[in-house]
Amino acid sequence: MATKASRSAARIMMAPAVVLLLGWMLVPLTMTLWFSFTKYLPLRGDSIERGLDWVGFDNYARFLSSSSFWPSVQTTLIMVGGVLIITVVLGILLAMLLDQPIWGQGVVRILVIAPFFVMPTVSALVWKNMLMDPVNGIFAHIWRFFGAAPVSWLSDASLSSVIMIVSWQWLPFATLILLTAIQSLDSEQLEAAEMDGAPALKRFWFIVLPHLSRAITIVILIQTIFLLSIFAEIFVTTGGAFGTRTLTYLIFQRVIDSQNIGLGSAGGVYAIILANIVAIFLMRIVGKNLDT
Amino acid sequence: MARAVTTNRKIITSAAAWTIALIIFFPIFWTILTSFKTEAQAINDPPLFFNFDWTLENYAIVQERSDYMKFLWNSVIVAGGSTLLGILIAIPAAWSMAFVPSKRTKDILLWMLSTKMLPAVGVLYPISLIFVEFNLLDTRGGLIVVLMLINLPIIVWMLYTYFREIPGEILEAARMDGATLKEEILYVLTPMAVPGIASTVLLNFILAWNEAFWTLNLTAANAAPLTAFIASYSSPEGLFFAKLSAASTMAIAPILILGWFSQKQLVRGLTFGAVK
Repeated sequence: MATKASRSAARIMMAPAVVLLLGWMLVPLTMTLWFSFTKYLPLRGDSIERGLDWVGFDNYARFLSSSSFWPSVQTTLIMVGGVLIITVVLGILLAMLLDQPIWGQGVVRILVIAPFFVMPTVSALVWKNMLMDPVNGIFAHIWRFFGAAPVSWLSDASLSSVIMIVSWQWLPFATLILLTAIQSLDSEQLEAAEMDGAPALKRFWFIVLPHLSRAITIVILIQTIFLLSIFAEIFVTTGGAFGTRTLTYLIFQRVIDSQNIGLGSAGGVYAIILANIVAIFLMRIVGKNLDT
Repeated sequence: MARAVTTNRKIITSAAAWTIALIIFFPIFWTILTSFKTEAQAINDPPLFFNFDWTLENYAIVQERSDYMKFLWNSVIVAGGSTLLGILIAIPAAWSMAFVPSKRTKDILLWMLSTKMLPAVGVLYPISLIFVEFNLLDTRGGLIVVLMLINLPIIVWMLYTYFREIPGEILEAARMDGATLKEEILYVLTPMAVPGIASTVLLNFILAWNEAFWTLNLTAANAAPLTAFIASYSSPEGLFFAKLSAASTMAIAPILILGWFSQKQLVRGLTFGAVK
Protein backbone atom coordinates (compact mmCIF):
# COMPACT_ATOMS: atom_id res chain seq x y z
CA MET A 1 0.00 0.00 0.00
CA ALA A 2 1.28 3.38 -0.91
CA THR A 3 1.36 5.66 2.09
CA LYS A 4 0.40 9.30 2.13
CA ALA A 5 4.06 10.27 2.50
CA SER A 6 5.12 8.22 -0.48
CA ARG A 7 2.28 9.73 -2.51
CA SER A 8 3.44 13.25 -1.91
CA ALA A 9 7.03 12.18 -2.53
CA ALA A 10 5.90 10.66 -5.80
CA ARG A 11 4.27 13.92 -6.75
CA ILE A 12 7.46 15.83 -6.04
CA MET A 13 9.48 13.40 -8.12
CA MET A 14 7.12 13.70 -11.02
CA ALA A 15 7.10 17.48 -10.81
CA PRO A 16 10.24 18.35 -12.83
CA ALA A 17 9.21 16.25 -15.82
CA VAL A 18 5.60 17.40 -15.71
CA VAL A 19 6.43 21.09 -15.19
CA LEU A 20 9.04 21.11 -17.95
CA LEU A 21 6.77 19.41 -20.45
CA LEU A 22 3.88 21.63 -19.44
CA GLY A 23 6.05 24.70 -20.01
CA TRP A 24 7.40 23.29 -23.26
CA MET A 25 3.83 22.79 -24.43
CA LEU A 26 2.04 25.85 -23.04
CA VAL A 27 4.49 28.72 -23.49
CA PRO A 28 5.16 28.36 -27.24
CA LEU A 29 1.58 27.28 -27.85
CA THR A 30 0.23 30.42 -26.17
CA MET A 31 2.61 32.56 -28.21
CA THR A 32 1.58 30.86 -31.44
CA LEU A 33 -2.07 31.38 -30.56
CA TRP A 34 -1.46 35.05 -29.79
CA PHE A 35 0.55 35.66 -32.99
CA SER A 36 -2.10 33.92 -35.06
CA PHE A 37 -4.57 36.70 -34.19
CA THR A 38 -2.17 39.55 -35.04
CA LYS A 39 -0.52 41.18 -38.01
CA TYR A 40 3.09 40.24 -37.43
CA LEU A 41 5.57 40.97 -40.23
CA PRO A 42 9.02 41.48 -38.62
CA LEU A 43 10.51 42.62 -41.94
CA ARG A 44 8.03 45.52 -42.03
CA GLY A 45 8.90 46.59 -38.54
CA ASP A 46 6.27 44.79 -36.49
CA SER A 47 7.61 43.72 -33.13
CA ILE A 48 6.27 42.60 -29.78
CA GLU A 49 7.81 45.62 -28.01
CA ARG A 50 5.91 48.04 -30.22
CA GLY A 51 2.72 46.04 -29.91
CA LEU A 52 1.06 43.89 -32.53
CA ASP A 53 -2.18 44.84 -34.28
CA TRP A 54 -5.05 42.52 -33.43
CA VAL A 55 -6.66 41.27 -36.65
CA GLY A 56 -9.09 38.67 -35.35
CA PHE A 57 -9.52 35.62 -37.53
CA ASP A 58 -8.02 37.25 -40.66
CA ASN A 59 -4.94 35.02 -40.70
CA TYR A 60 -7.06 31.91 -40.27
CA ALA A 61 -9.31 32.88 -43.16
CA ARG A 62 -6.37 33.82 -45.37
CA PHE A 63 -4.47 30.61 -44.60
CA LEU A 64 -7.54 28.49 -45.46
CA SER A 65 -8.33 30.40 -48.64
CA SER A 66 -4.74 30.46 -49.86
CA SER A 67 -4.31 28.32 -52.95
CA SER A 68 -1.54 26.30 -51.30
CA PHE A 69 -3.56 25.12 -48.31
CA TRP A 70 -5.67 22.22 -49.62
CA PRO A 71 -2.91 20.87 -51.88
CA SER A 72 -0.63 20.79 -48.84
CA VAL A 73 -3.20 18.88 -46.76
CA GLN A 74 -3.63 16.46 -49.64
CA THR A 75 0.14 16.04 -49.98
CA THR A 76 0.45 15.41 -46.26
CA LEU A 77 -2.26 12.74 -46.32
CA ILE A 78 -0.84 11.03 -49.42
CA MET A 79 2.65 11.05 -47.97
CA VAL A 80 1.69 9.71 -44.54
CA GLY A 81 -0.81 7.23 -46.01
CA GLY A 82 1.58 6.06 -48.72
CA VAL A 83 4.45 5.46 -46.32
CA LEU A 84 2.14 3.69 -43.85
CA ILE A 85 0.74 1.33 -46.50
CA ILE A 86 4.16 0.52 -47.98
CA THR A 87 5.91 -0.03 -44.66
CA VAL A 88 3.10 -2.05 -43.06
CA VAL A 89 2.45 -4.33 -46.06
CA LEU A 90 6.11 -4.90 -46.90
CA GLY A 91 6.91 -5.06 -43.19
CA ILE A 92 4.43 -7.94 -42.66
CA LEU A 93 5.80 -9.86 -45.67
CA LEU A 94 9.40 -9.26 -44.66
CA ALA A 95 8.75 -10.17 -41.03
CA MET A 96 7.14 -13.45 -42.10
CA LEU A 97 10.10 -14.19 -44.35
CA LEU A 98 12.63 -13.44 -41.61
CA ASP A 99 10.66 -15.62 -39.21
CA GLN A 100 11.47 -18.67 -41.39
CA PRO A 101 14.66 -20.64 -40.77
CA ILE A 102 17.33 -19.02 -42.94
CA TRP A 103 21.09 -19.11 -43.06
CA GLY A 104 22.81 -16.09 -41.59
CA GLN A 105 19.68 -14.73 -39.90
CA GLY A 106 21.67 -12.41 -37.64
CA VAL A 107 23.44 -10.73 -40.54
CA VAL A 108 20.23 -10.43 -42.56
CA ARG A 109 18.56 -8.72 -39.61
CA ILE A 110 21.44 -6.28 -39.27
CA LEU A 111 21.31 -5.39 -42.96
CA VAL A 112 17.54 -4.90 -42.89
CA ILE A 113 17.53 -2.73 -39.76
CA ALA A 114 20.40 -0.47 -40.87
CA PRO A 115 18.44 2.26 -42.72
CA PHE A 116 16.62 3.19 -39.52
CA PHE A 117 19.84 4.47 -38.01
CA VAL A 118 20.80 6.69 -40.93
CA MET A 119 20.14 10.35 -40.14
CA PRO A 120 17.35 11.86 -42.29
CA THR A 121 19.57 14.42 -44.01
CA VAL A 122 22.01 11.69 -45.04
CA SER A 123 19.40 9.31 -46.39
CA ALA A 124 17.65 12.09 -48.29
CA LEU A 125 20.89 13.33 -49.88
CA VAL A 126 22.18 9.85 -50.66
CA TRP A 127 18.91 8.93 -52.39
CA LYS A 128 18.72 12.28 -54.16
CA ASN A 129 22.23 12.11 -55.59
CA MET A 130 23.65 8.62 -55.58
CA LEU A 131 20.44 6.82 -56.54
CA MET A 132 17.98 9.25 -58.09
CA ASP A 133 20.24 11.63 -59.97
CA PRO A 134 18.90 11.60 -63.55
CA VAL A 135 22.44 11.44 -65.05
CA ASN A 136 24.78 9.74 -62.60
CA GLY A 137 22.41 7.98 -60.22
CA ILE A 138 22.22 4.20 -59.97
CA PHE A 139 18.61 4.22 -61.14
CA ALA A 140 19.63 6.14 -64.27
CA HIS A 141 22.31 3.50 -64.95
CA ILE A 142 19.78 0.68 -64.52
CA TRP A 143 17.20 2.43 -66.71
CA ARG A 144 19.78 3.01 -69.44
CA PHE A 145 20.95 -0.60 -69.19
CA PHE A 146 17.43 -1.70 -70.07
CA GLY A 147 17.26 0.88 -72.84
CA ALA A 148 14.81 3.17 -71.07
CA ALA A 149 15.16 6.93 -70.67
CA PRO A 150 16.30 7.84 -67.13
CA VAL A 151 13.66 9.45 -64.92
CA SER A 152 14.12 12.84 -63.25
CA TRP A 153 12.83 11.37 -60.05
CA LEU A 154 12.65 14.39 -57.79
CA SER A 155 11.06 16.71 -60.33
CA ASP A 156 8.81 14.38 -62.39
CA ALA A 157 7.82 11.86 -59.71
CA SER A 158 8.67 13.98 -56.72
CA LEU A 159 6.00 12.92 -54.24
CA SER A 160 6.46 9.20 -55.00
CA SER A 161 10.22 9.68 -54.68
CA VAL A 162 9.94 11.28 -51.26
CA ILE A 163 7.51 8.52 -50.21
CA MET A 164 10.07 5.98 -51.41
CA ILE A 165 12.89 7.58 -49.41
CA VAL A 166 10.82 7.86 -46.24
CA SER A 167 9.51 4.30 -46.64
CA TRP A 168 13.07 3.04 -46.90
CA GLN A 169 13.82 4.75 -43.60
CA TRP A 170 10.78 3.34 -41.80
CA LEU A 171 10.46 -0.16 -43.29
CA PRO A 172 13.12 -1.50 -40.86
CA PHE A 173 11.15 -0.17 -37.92
CA ALA A 174 7.88 -1.78 -39.05
CA THR A 175 9.65 -5.04 -39.89
CA LEU A 176 11.42 -5.27 -36.58
CA ILE A 177 8.29 -4.68 -34.52
CA LEU A 178 6.15 -7.05 -36.62
CA LEU A 179 8.90 -9.68 -36.49
CA THR A 180 8.95 -9.44 -32.71
CA ALA A 181 5.19 -9.88 -32.66
CA ILE A 182 5.25 -12.85 -35.08
CA GLN A 183 7.85 -14.61 -32.99
CA SER A 184 5.47 -14.62 -30.03
CA LEU A 185 2.87 -16.47 -32.11
CA ASP A 186 2.10 -19.93 -30.78
CA SER A 187 3.46 -22.22 -33.51
CA GLU A 188 1.35 -25.14 -32.30
CA GLN A 189 -1.76 -23.28 -33.28
CA LEU A 190 -0.43 -22.85 -36.81
CA GLU A 191 0.62 -26.48 -37.01
CA ALA A 192 -2.80 -27.61 -35.85
CA ALA A 193 -4.43 -25.46 -38.51
CA GLU A 194 -2.06 -26.92 -41.11
CA MET A 195 -2.93 -30.47 -40.01
CA ASP A 196 -6.61 -29.64 -40.32
CA GLY A 197 -5.88 -28.74 -43.92
CA ALA A 198 -6.21 -24.94 -43.75
CA PRO A 199 -4.43 -23.47 -46.80
CA ALA A 200 -1.55 -21.00 -46.25
CA LEU A 201 -3.61 -17.95 -47.15
CA LYS A 202 -6.33 -18.87 -44.68
CA ARG A 203 -3.79 -19.55 -41.97
CA PHE A 204 -2.36 -16.10 -42.60
CA TRP A 205 -5.75 -14.40 -42.66
CA PHE A 206 -7.33 -16.09 -39.64
CA ILE A 207 -4.35 -16.73 -37.36
CA VAL A 208 -1.31 -14.60 -38.22
CA LEU A 209 -3.05 -11.34 -39.08
CA PRO A 210 -5.31 -11.21 -35.99
CA HIS A 211 -2.29 -11.99 -33.85
CA LEU A 212 -0.45 -9.07 -35.47
CA SER A 213 -3.29 -6.57 -35.21
CA ARG A 214 -1.99 -5.00 -32.01
CA ALA A 215 1.54 -4.66 -33.36
CA ILE A 216 0.23 -3.20 -36.62
CA THR A 217 -1.75 -0.61 -34.66
CA ILE A 218 1.34 0.31 -32.69
CA VAL A 219 3.41 0.66 -35.87
CA ILE A 220 0.79 2.92 -37.41
CA LEU A 221 0.53 5.02 -34.25
CA ILE A 222 4.22 5.66 -33.83
CA GLN A 223 4.95 6.19 -37.50
CA THR A 224 2.10 8.68 -37.83
CA ILE A 225 3.58 10.75 -35.01
CA PHE A 226 6.90 10.94 -36.79
CA LEU A 227 5.62 11.13 -40.37
CA LEU A 228 3.28 14.08 -39.79
CA SER A 229 6.31 16.21 -39.03
CA ILE A 230 8.61 14.96 -41.81
CA PHE A 231 10.87 17.88 -42.59
CA ALA A 232 14.52 17.18 -43.42
CA GLU A 233 13.69 14.76 -46.24
CA ILE A 234 11.77 17.51 -48.05
CA PHE A 235 14.14 20.29 -47.04
CA VAL A 236 17.18 18.73 -48.73
CA THR A 237 15.50 17.01 -51.70
CA THR A 238 12.90 19.28 -53.28
CA GLY A 239 12.66 22.20 -50.86
CA GLY A 240 8.89 21.83 -51.04
CA ALA A 241 8.72 22.22 -54.82
CA PHE A 242 7.05 19.89 -57.34
CA GLY A 243 4.04 19.03 -55.20
CA THR A 244 5.92 17.87 -52.13
CA ARG A 245 4.85 20.76 -49.94
CA THR A 246 3.25 19.21 -46.89
CA LEU A 247 1.36 21.23 -44.31
CA THR A 248 4.45 21.20 -42.11
CA TYR A 249 6.58 22.53 -44.94
CA LEU A 250 4.04 25.16 -45.99
CA ILE A 251 3.98 26.58 -42.46
CA PHE A 252 7.78 26.50 -42.35
CA GLN A 253 7.89 28.55 -45.54
CA ARG A 254 5.34 31.08 -44.27
CA VAL A 255 7.25 31.60 -41.04
CA ILE A 256 10.87 31.42 -42.22
CA ASP A 257 10.89 32.33 -45.91
CA SER A 258 8.12 34.96 -46.12
CA GLN A 259 8.46 35.99 -42.46
CA ASN A 260 4.69 36.25 -42.12
CA ILE A 261 4.46 35.16 -38.51
CA GLY A 262 0.74 35.84 -38.08
CA LEU A 263 -0.22 33.77 -41.11
CA GLY A 264 2.28 31.03 -40.30
CA SER A 265 1.05 30.84 -36.72
CA ALA A 266 -2.53 30.43 -37.91
CA GLY A 267 -1.26 27.58 -40.09
CA GLY A 268 0.53 26.17 -37.08
CA VAL A 269 -2.73 26.13 -35.13
CA TYR A 270 -4.38 24.20 -37.98
CA ALA A 271 -1.50 21.72 -37.97
CA ILE A 272 -1.84 21.30 -34.23
CA ILE A 273 -5.57 20.65 -34.59
CA LEU A 274 -4.95 18.12 -37.37
CA ALA A 275 -2.29 16.35 -35.31
CA ASN A 276 -4.62 16.26 -32.33
CA ILE A 277 -7.41 14.61 -34.31
CA VAL A 278 -4.98 11.81 -35.18
CA ALA A 279 -3.57 11.83 -31.66
CA ILE A 280 -6.92 11.44 -29.85
CA PHE A 281 -7.80 8.51 -32.07
CA LEU A 282 -4.46 6.86 -31.48
CA MET A 283 -4.21 7.66 -27.77
CA ARG A 284 -7.31 5.60 -27.12
CA ILE A 285 -5.56 2.53 -28.47
CA VAL A 286 -2.43 3.07 -26.40
CA GLY A 287 -4.57 3.83 -23.36
CA LYS A 288 -6.39 0.52 -23.76
CA ASN A 289 -3.07 -1.30 -24.04
CA LEU A 290 -1.95 0.36 -20.83
CA ASP A 291 -4.69 -1.37 -18.82
CA THR A 292 -3.76 -4.89 -19.84
CA MET B 1 11.26 -37.07 -48.10
CA ALA B 2 10.34 -34.54 -45.48
CA ARG B 3 13.90 -33.50 -44.79
CA ALA B 4 14.73 -32.75 -48.42
CA VAL B 5 11.64 -30.58 -48.63
CA THR B 6 12.67 -28.48 -45.63
CA THR B 7 16.23 -28.06 -46.94
CA ASN B 8 14.89 -26.94 -50.28
CA ARG B 9 12.58 -24.57 -48.55
CA LYS B 10 15.41 -23.20 -46.47
CA ILE B 11 17.45 -22.54 -49.61
CA ILE B 12 14.59 -20.62 -51.21
CA THR B 13 13.72 -18.55 -48.14
CA SER B 14 17.40 -17.84 -47.47
CA ALA B 15 17.95 -16.70 -51.03
CA ALA B 16 14.87 -14.48 -50.90
CA ALA B 17 15.76 -13.01 -47.53
CA TRP B 18 19.35 -12.29 -48.54
CA THR B 19 18.29 -10.69 -51.83
CA ILE B 20 15.86 -8.37 -50.09
CA ALA B 21 18.30 -7.58 -47.29
CA LEU B 22 21.01 -6.66 -49.79
CA ILE B 23 18.62 -4.44 -51.75
CA ILE B 24 17.57 -2.64 -48.56
CA PHE B 25 21.18 -2.22 -47.49
CA PHE B 26 22.39 -1.22 -50.95
CA PRO B 27 22.16 2.61 -50.57
CA ILE B 28 24.34 2.43 -47.47
CA PHE B 29 26.77 0.00 -49.09
CA TRP B 30 26.98 2.18 -52.18
CA THR B 31 27.65 5.30 -50.10
CA ILE B 32 30.46 3.63 -48.18
CA LEU B 33 31.95 2.25 -51.40
CA THR B 34 31.76 5.58 -53.23
CA SER B 35 33.53 7.34 -50.39
CA PHE B 36 36.70 5.47 -51.39
CA LYS B 37 36.56 6.51 -55.05
CA THR B 38 37.85 9.62 -56.77
CA GLU B 39 35.19 12.06 -57.97
CA ALA B 40 35.67 10.91 -61.56
CA GLN B 41 35.32 7.26 -60.61
CA ALA B 42 32.25 8.04 -58.54
CA ILE B 43 30.27 9.04 -61.61
CA ASN B 44 31.85 6.49 -63.97
CA ASP B 45 29.48 4.86 -66.48
CA PRO B 46 29.01 1.93 -65.93
CA PRO B 47 29.23 2.20 -62.13
CA LEU B 48 32.42 0.78 -60.65
CA PHE B 49 32.06 -1.85 -57.97
CA PHE B 50 35.43 -3.04 -56.73
CA ASN B 51 37.68 -2.44 -59.71
CA PHE B 52 38.92 1.02 -58.84
CA ASP B 53 41.89 2.52 -56.98
CA TRP B 54 40.80 2.83 -53.39
CA THR B 55 41.61 6.21 -51.91
CA LEU B 56 41.14 7.99 -48.60
CA GLU B 57 41.53 11.48 -50.05
CA ASN B 58 37.81 12.32 -49.70
CA TYR B 59 37.98 11.85 -45.96
CA ALA B 60 40.99 14.17 -45.78
CA ILE B 61 39.29 16.78 -47.98
CA VAL B 62 36.05 16.73 -45.98
CA GLN B 63 37.87 17.12 -42.69
CA GLU B 64 40.15 19.85 -44.00
CA ARG B 65 37.53 21.89 -45.83
CA SER B 66 34.72 21.87 -43.34
CA ASP B 67 36.27 20.98 -40.03
CA TYR B 68 34.30 17.77 -39.68
CA MET B 69 35.56 17.17 -36.15
CA LYS B 70 33.76 20.27 -34.90
CA PHE B 71 30.40 19.04 -36.18
CA LEU B 72 31.07 15.57 -34.83
CA TRP B 73 31.88 17.03 -31.43
CA ASN B 74 28.69 19.12 -31.51
CA SER B 75 26.68 15.99 -32.29
CA VAL B 76 28.30 14.08 -29.44
CA ILE B 77 27.75 16.92 -26.94
CA VAL B 78 24.19 17.66 -27.99
CA ALA B 79 23.00 14.05 -28.26
CA GLY B 80 24.86 12.99 -25.13
CA GLY B 81 23.90 16.05 -23.10
CA SER B 82 20.22 15.93 -23.95
CA THR B 83 20.03 12.21 -23.22
CA LEU B 84 21.78 12.53 -19.88
CA LEU B 85 19.67 15.49 -18.80
CA GLY B 86 16.51 13.72 -19.92
CA ILE B 87 17.42 10.58 -17.97
CA LEU B 88 18.08 12.57 -14.79
CA ILE B 89 14.66 14.21 -15.00
CA ALA B 90 12.80 11.10 -16.15
CA ILE B 91 14.07 8.57 -13.61
CA PRO B 92 12.23 10.05 -10.60
CA ALA B 93 9.09 10.61 -12.67
CA ALA B 94 9.05 7.10 -14.11
CA TRP B 95 9.87 5.64 -10.70
CA SER B 96 6.93 7.30 -9.01
CA MET B 97 4.55 6.36 -11.83
CA ALA B 98 5.63 2.73 -11.76
CA PHE B 99 5.67 2.21 -7.98
CA VAL B 100 3.20 4.75 -6.60
CA PRO B 101 0.59 4.74 -9.34
CA SER B 102 -2.44 6.91 -8.80
CA LYS B 103 -5.67 7.28 -10.72
CA ARG B 104 -4.07 9.97 -12.83
CA THR B 105 -0.88 8.10 -13.74
CA LYS B 106 -2.34 6.77 -16.95
CA ASP B 107 -3.61 10.20 -17.96
CA ILE B 108 -0.26 11.81 -17.23
CA LEU B 109 1.57 9.21 -19.32
CA LEU B 110 -0.80 9.70 -22.22
CA TRP B 111 -0.59 13.46 -21.90
CA MET B 112 3.21 13.26 -22.01
CA LEU B 113 3.00 11.18 -25.15
CA SER B 114 0.63 13.74 -26.63
CA THR B 115 3.20 16.52 -26.27
CA LYS B 116 5.31 14.43 -28.64
CA MET B 117 2.56 14.85 -31.22
CA LEU B 118 2.66 18.62 -31.13
CA PRO B 119 3.91 19.58 -34.60
CA ALA B 120 7.28 21.24 -34.12
CA VAL B 121 6.68 23.65 -36.96
CA GLY B 122 3.66 25.05 -35.11
CA VAL B 123 5.91 26.42 -32.39
CA LEU B 124 9.02 27.14 -34.47
CA TYR B 125 8.78 30.92 -34.32
CA PRO B 126 8.01 31.24 -30.58
CA ILE B 127 10.94 28.94 -29.82
CA SER B 128 13.23 31.00 -32.07
CA LEU B 129 12.06 34.18 -30.31
CA ILE B 130 12.76 32.67 -26.90
CA PHE B 131 16.14 31.53 -28.16
CA VAL B 132 16.98 35.03 -29.38
CA GLU B 133 15.76 36.55 -26.12
CA PHE B 134 17.99 34.30 -24.01
CA ASN B 135 20.94 34.30 -26.43
CA LEU B 136 20.52 30.60 -27.03
CA LEU B 137 20.45 30.67 -30.83
CA ASP B 138 23.26 28.59 -32.29
CA THR B 139 24.42 27.37 -28.89
CA ARG B 140 24.82 23.77 -27.88
CA GLY B 141 23.15 24.48 -24.53
CA GLY B 142 19.92 25.63 -26.17
CA LEU B 143 19.85 22.64 -28.46
CA ILE B 144 20.47 20.26 -25.57
CA VAL B 145 17.43 21.62 -23.74
CA VAL B 146 15.14 21.41 -26.78
CA LEU B 147 16.20 17.89 -27.75
CA MET B 148 15.86 16.81 -24.14
CA LEU B 149 12.29 18.14 -24.08
CA ILE B 150 11.22 16.47 -27.31
CA ASN B 151 12.62 13.11 -26.20
CA LEU B 152 11.54 13.35 -22.56
CA PRO B 153 8.15 11.65 -23.17
CA ILE B 154 9.85 8.68 -24.81
CA ILE B 155 12.43 8.46 -22.04
CA VAL B 156 9.74 8.52 -19.33
CA TRP B 157 7.69 5.90 -21.17
CA MET B 158 10.62 3.58 -21.72
CA LEU B 159 11.79 3.79 -18.12
CA TYR B 160 8.21 3.34 -16.91
CA THR B 161 7.82 0.07 -18.82
CA TYR B 162 11.15 -1.18 -17.50
CA PHE B 163 10.44 -0.13 -13.92
CA ARG B 164 7.04 -1.77 -13.97
CA GLU B 165 8.72 -5.13 -14.43
CA ILE B 166 10.66 -4.76 -11.19
CA PRO B 167 8.72 -6.65 -8.52
CA GLY B 168 7.23 -4.22 -5.99
CA GLU B 169 7.67 -6.73 -3.13
CA ILE B 170 11.41 -6.14 -3.14
CA LEU B 171 10.87 -2.43 -2.64
CA GLU B 172 8.38 -3.08 0.14
CA ALA B 173 10.87 -5.38 1.84
CA ALA B 174 13.48 -2.64 1.67
CA ARG B 175 10.96 -0.20 3.12
CA MET B 176 10.17 -2.60 5.97
CA ASP B 177 13.87 -2.83 6.74
CA GLY B 178 13.81 0.90 7.25
CA ALA B 179 15.31 2.08 3.98
CA THR B 180 14.60 5.73 3.28
CA LEU B 181 13.27 6.80 -0.06
CA LYS B 182 16.73 7.89 -1.14
CA GLU B 183 18.30 4.60 -0.14
CA GLU B 184 15.50 2.70 -1.76
CA ILE B 185 16.15 4.39 -5.07
CA LEU B 186 19.93 4.36 -4.82
CA TYR B 187 20.64 0.86 -3.53
CA VAL B 188 17.59 -1.25 -4.40
CA LEU B 189 15.97 0.16 -7.46
CA THR B 190 18.93 1.48 -9.42
CA PRO B 191 20.93 -1.76 -9.67
CA MET B 192 17.85 -3.58 -10.95
CA ALA B 193 17.02 -0.79 -13.33
CA VAL B 194 20.46 -0.38 -14.88
CA PRO B 195 19.83 -2.57 -17.96
CA GLY B 196 16.61 -0.68 -18.72
CA ILE B 197 18.27 2.68 -18.17
CA ALA B 198 21.15 1.67 -20.43
CA SER B 199 18.79 0.71 -23.25
CA THR B 200 16.91 3.97 -22.81
CA VAL B 201 20.14 5.95 -22.99
CA LEU B 202 21.24 4.13 -26.11
CA LEU B 203 17.99 4.58 -28.01
CA ASN B 204 17.59 8.23 -27.08
CA PHE B 205 21.15 9.00 -27.97
CA ILE B 206 20.41 7.63 -31.44
CA LEU B 207 17.15 9.60 -31.72
CA ALA B 208 18.87 12.83 -30.62
CA TRP B 209 21.81 12.20 -32.95
CA ASN B 210 19.47 11.89 -35.92
CA GLU B 211 17.04 14.70 -35.00
CA ALA B 212 16.77 16.97 -38.00
CA PHE B 213 14.19 19.70 -37.44
CA TRP B 214 15.45 21.71 -34.49
CA THR B 215 19.10 21.01 -35.29
CA LEU B 216 18.58 22.48 -38.77
CA ASN B 217 16.50 25.44 -37.64
CA LEU B 218 18.21 26.55 -34.44
CA THR B 219 21.88 26.35 -35.41
CA ALA B 220 24.24 28.12 -37.77
CA ALA B 221 28.03 27.95 -37.69
CA ASN B 222 28.83 27.34 -34.04
CA ALA B 223 26.56 24.65 -32.69
CA ALA B 224 25.61 22.85 -35.90
CA PRO B 225 25.77 19.07 -35.49
CA LEU B 226 26.29 16.51 -38.26
CA THR B 227 22.67 16.67 -39.50
CA ALA B 228 23.17 20.32 -40.44
CA PHE B 229 26.67 19.67 -41.76
CA ILE B 230 25.33 17.07 -44.20
CA ALA B 231 22.43 19.32 -45.21
CA SER B 232 24.98 21.86 -46.44
CA TYR B 233 25.73 19.38 -49.24
CA SER B 234 22.26 19.87 -50.70
CA SER B 235 23.46 22.80 -52.79
CA PRO B 236 26.89 21.60 -53.90
CA GLU B 237 29.43 23.04 -56.29
CA GLY B 238 31.14 20.86 -58.87
CA LEU B 239 31.73 17.16 -58.49
CA PHE B 240 30.82 16.05 -55.02
CA PHE B 241 29.49 12.46 -54.97
CA ALA B 242 32.64 11.01 -53.41
CA LYS B 243 32.95 13.80 -50.85
CA LEU B 244 29.24 13.57 -49.97
CA SER B 245 29.75 9.83 -49.50
CA ALA B 246 32.75 10.30 -47.25
CA ALA B 247 30.93 12.89 -45.14
CA SER B 248 27.83 10.68 -44.94
CA THR B 249 29.81 7.60 -44.01
CA MET B 250 31.47 9.46 -41.17
CA ALA B 251 28.13 10.82 -39.97
CA ILE B 252 26.33 7.48 -39.86
CA ALA B 253 29.11 5.04 -38.96
CA PRO B 254 29.13 5.62 -35.19
CA ILE B 255 25.36 5.40 -34.94
CA LEU B 256 25.09 2.32 -37.18
CA ILE B 257 27.42 0.49 -34.83
CA LEU B 258 25.54 1.64 -31.73
CA GLY B 259 22.25 0.82 -33.46
CA TRP B 260 23.23 -2.75 -34.19
CA PHE B 261 23.94 -3.24 -30.52
CA SER B 262 20.61 -1.74 -29.54
CA GLN B 263 18.31 -3.57 -31.96
CA LYS B 264 16.85 -5.78 -29.22
CA GLN B 265 15.88 -2.80 -27.06
CA LEU B 266 14.66 -0.81 -30.02
CA VAL B 267 11.33 -2.62 -30.29
CA ARG B 268 10.36 -2.14 -26.69
CA GLY B 269 11.67 1.39 -26.56
CA LEU B 270 9.76 2.67 -29.52
CA THR B 271 6.54 0.79 -28.88
CA PHE B 272 6.24 2.10 -25.32
CA GLY B 273 6.44 -1.46 -24.06
CA ALA B 274 3.34 -2.53 -25.97
CA VAL B 275 5.23 -5.07 -28.11
CA LYS B 276 7.77 -7.31 -26.44
